[in-house]
Amino acid sequence: MIAVQQQTELIPKPQLAAPEPEHCPGPESEKAGQADACAGCPNQSICESLPKGPDPDIEIITKKLSSIKHKILVLSGKGGVGKSTFTSMLSWALAADQDLEVGAMDLDICGPSLPKMLGAEGETIHSSNSGWSPVYVSDNLGMMSIAFMLPDPNSAIIWRGNKKNGLIKQFLKDVDWGDLDYLVVDTPPGTSDEHLSVTTYMKDSGIDGALVVTTPQEVALLDVRKEIDFCRKAGIKVLGLVENMSGFVCPNCHGESKIFKPTTGGGAKLAKEMGIKFFGSVPLDPRIGRSCDSGESFLDSYPDSPACTAILSVVDALRDEIGDI
Amino acid sequence: MEKRPKSLETVKHVILVLSGKGGVGKSSVTTQLALTLSSQGYRVGVLDIDLTGPSIPRMFGLEDSKVHQSHSGWVPVQYDASGNLQVMSLGFLLNDRGNSVVWRGPKKTAMVKQFLADVHWGNLDYLLIDTPPGTSDEHIAIAEELRHMNNVDGAVIVTTPQLVSVADVRKEISFCEKVNFKILGIVENMSGFVCPHCAECTNIFSSGGGAALAEQLKLPYLGNVPIDPTFNELVENQIELRKETSQTLVDLYKKCNLYVIFERITNEIITKSSA
Repeated sequence: MIAVQQQTELIPKPQLAAPEPEHCPGPESEKAGQADACAGCPNQSICESLPKGPDPDIEIITKKLSSIKHKILVLSGKGGVGKSTFTSMLSWALAADQDLEVGAMDLDICGPSLPKMLGAEGETIHSSNSGWSPVYVSDNLGMMSIAFMLPDPNSAIIWRGNKKNGLIKQFLKDVDWGDLDYLVVDTPPGTSDEHLSVTTYMKDSGIDGALVVTTPQEVALLDVRKEIDFCRKAGIKVLGLVENMSGFVCPNCHGESKIFKPTTGGGAKLAKEMGIKFFGSVPLDPRIGRSCDSGESFLDSYPDSPACTAILSVVDALRDEIGDI
Repeated sequence: MEKRPKSLETVKHVILVLSGKGGVGKSSVTTQLALTLSSQGYRVGVLDIDLTGPSIPRMFGLEDSKVHQSHSGWVPVQYDASGNLQVMSLGFLLNDRGNSVVWRGPKKTAMVKQFLADVHWGNLDYLLIDTPPGTSDEHIAIAEELRHMNNVDGAVIVTTPQLVSVADVRKEISFCEKVNFKILGIVENMSGFVCPHCAECTNIFSSGGGAALAEQLKLPYLGNVPIDPTFNELVENQIELRKETSQTLVDLYKKCNLYVIFERITNEIITKSSA
């Protein structure tokens, strides 16, 4: 075994005698110890004796999240398309309305970017009687990320899926968000443990839906198609699709070029093909990257830029879709 | 007990392409390294262990290909009749390109193990392994499988220039240190974009992050790769282009501006990996 970084165990885990086999139904599942794959597994008797039934924690999570009006997942099958960037933009945009309380949660455990983008790097979490307090980056915008719990920003979190699930549960169960109007959840790329966990745990508390982010090239659309398929399988409503990094206006000559060419029609065509709403395209702007690196709100810094207008119209479309305005 | 993946015994050099961050161009760097190595006459294999978002089939224009089973294991998809370029990906095993693979950790681990044990590569000079972003199940699995192999040369780390990306890439480097993967060098991708209208170079995602990181951590820096929409175009239109010109992707790529840059990067990797 490779030395996996040992953090304090978050939830008591069953002591398994061997690693889970390929088709393991999961030691926590109702079929634990009884599925086909369990025959002959050294863990069979251990799994069989574990308490069964619906996870009691789901009820706690549902109660905890009941004070949050709208919960939005930001998803994309592809990495680096701007999920975190868009999560931060969306949070800033919503928080610009002083009457709204907004929370942003970062579930990307292996590569948390949100603290940097919201300018909360290096903060630590405080815990109180009612749970962990989110870090407030402005009066009405709180955020939570795994990055706050790491001793050293360079250390890698080399965790297998199970351990990540435990942390996600802990995040949902123990973070004291208080009364929120919006909780925006940033996710890692792919369709795996984190995605399954967050949808399972949050399902009962009601997820408004998912905002799917893509870039125009087919290589990205290919993975995004898979993510939309995942949402269907998991019963998550897709609120709409945003195309990021579409087109670039040269600051020197104002000539427009398509850096990531939409050879197959880009996000608009995909949305049509999959029967989901298309919220619009956001152009590339070098200042977006710079604002994210320094943790400032791009929307506040460059309110007149075309990218800002595009982002705000996406946010409006999104709020419209969930029936908020 | 040491158990070595049988399928890798006939491979001379194994090189991983890693990055903590998604969408920085791991697959595109892997593809270009494979094309450059292949153009220099090496026998190259590409293994894609990104299970939930396999991009390699699309990059090589092989989306409709299927993997065959032989008595010695899975036969990777051959790019052409010469057999000098072979590709294996989960994408070849899916029925529909839009299907999602929703797998938890243990299943992904098993799949990676199977890829390493059951694929019949034949004699290869280089096997490039393209990975998903992060430091999780797939990475732990591949590190476990490769730990007793003596033909693993190391890892090429890909980053983009922004701080946000560099922060994640640091984590990947710390992962490599933990599992004893030698770092062959850092490539900075998407470093600057030359406007086709006025030839002014704009650093869309800023620049210099990769070089600074390499210097700070005392790692070799392999160079920066600018954004080149023509490469993207080549990948997307390759099937038509191949029909029109009856040239392979390797030939077409040789005409790309990026080829010169990758030739240098590849030569550096070859020197490092034979040292």
